[in-house]
Amino acid sequence: MKVHVDMNLCQSHGECVLVAPDVFELGDDDVLVWKEDVPEERRAEMEEAVNVCPMMAISLEG
Amino acid sequence: MERLVIVGASLAGLRAAQAARAAGYAGQLVVVGDESHRPYTRPPLSKDLLKGEQSAEQCVLAHGPLEVQWRLGVAATGLDRDRRRVILADGAEIPYDRLIVATGARARRWPGAGAALPGVHTLRGLDDAQTLRAALRPGTRLVIVGAGFIGCEVAASARALGVEVVVVDIAAHPMLPLGPELGARCARLHAEHGVQLRCGVGIEALLGSERVHAVALTDGTELPADLVLLALGAVPNVEWLTSSGLELSPAVMCDATLTTTRDPDVLAAGDLAVWPHPLAGGEPVRVEHWTVAAEHGQLAGRNALREPAERTAHIAPPYFWSDQYETKVQAVGFPGRAEGLEILESSPDGDRLVAVGARDGRLVAVVAFNAAKRVAWYRRQLAGAPALDDVRALVLADDSALGAPVGVGR
Repeated sequence: MKVHVDMNLCQSHGECVLVAPDVFELGDDDVLVWKEDVPEERRAEMEEAVNVCPMMAISLEG
Repeated sequence: MERLVIVGASLAGLRAAQAARAAGYAGQLVVVGDESHRPYTRPPLSKDLLKGEQSAEQCVLAHGPLEVQWRLGVAATGLDRDRRRVILADGAEIPYDRLIVATGARARRWPGAGAALPGVHTLRGLDDAQTLRAALRPGTRLVIVGAGFIGCEVAASARALGVEVVVVDIAAHPMLPLGPELGARCARLHAEHGVQLRCGVGIEALLGSERVHAVALTDGTELPADLVLLALGAVPNVEWLTSSGLELSPAVMCDATLTTTRDPDVLAAGDLAVWPHPLAGGEPVRVEHWTVAAEHGQLAGRNALREPAERTAHIAPPYFWSDQYETKVQAVGFPGRAEGLEILESSPDGDRLVAVGARDGRLVAVVAFNAAKRVAWYRRQLAGAPALDDVRALVLADDSALGAPVGVGR
């Protein structure tokens, strides 16, 4: 599964970081970095990251 | 259980429906909403939507396939718990086995003279935002009554549109829960962007005959106004529950699992739910913020499928934010419960900072300006309600901390 984050929408709230700190991380400049490839068995967790994002910036593909 | 009904089709209601389906619920699922809009997100209403940078369609909450029977555009008017039915404004009755109430809150009206004049606005829903947006034009004179989240954010958005803005508040500084020092920084921010702030003064009346033309203050001043926004906070939408027998005080009293105190088959979520929170020493709290509505919805959706003994509690420290001009204000916990807020970290120019608040020596709140990564760190700390002294020691030893505030040795 691919994790997409629309960086035009992301405002670094860090909700996804709390859900999956090994996938999403805020850099020292407060800009989000993330792993695009996440194994299928973590889908529920990634869906939670999608749902907790206040900016609706995260989407999943595949 | 075969019939789950959710009353309230905003964020909490939608998340509850999604969570129930995600947890495997296969029965009938009805979501009732008084607005005709599909569930939408509210934060842009005072910001990007108002500035014309985001459309109404872009505010609609995206969700995957979701098998729900939507009853939109019709309000719930009553709850008959004996017969297990929700009564709708059109006379329909919807039977339920379990019920989630999530009817949110509405903008508080001002009871004084002139509140009904044309040109006087409140901002809560999408329709309110679109009406206000259409009225904001360069040079328009807007008086905002209330310097809380909505008042301050609309002030910032209106300035971006070239509107002349005066903000009035009875409190001594804007953003009251942030305390005097951070409140003064907010005040400076607005002054730098051309907003005239009138703090410590109340409203006597809204003046006008055909439409509003001025706001009379309690100190005798009259502020000329083409538009007035009443940003006086929100009141929970619980009137439809008045004769339900649920405990209202005045919002819906729940236990830690969001189960209402008098009926294990009725749960509540979002702005109208009152529940005991560990970070508030187990005292009941009610929180009107996006993240809590989302978390509540998700938890209520899951808990509604479980028997009461198996339900889990909502314990996450509340998180909220406000965007004003280029400044992102973020807060976690209960700033209003803190004995005071102390700036623990700051960039050399003071544009980025983190302030912490404690009660009885324990961390209960964190407020930050432009420091998102630090906020994520503090959120993890806050969950354990650590001693403030321990947090200080951790910050001192943390290389990614912003640094000591100017004038404070380390």
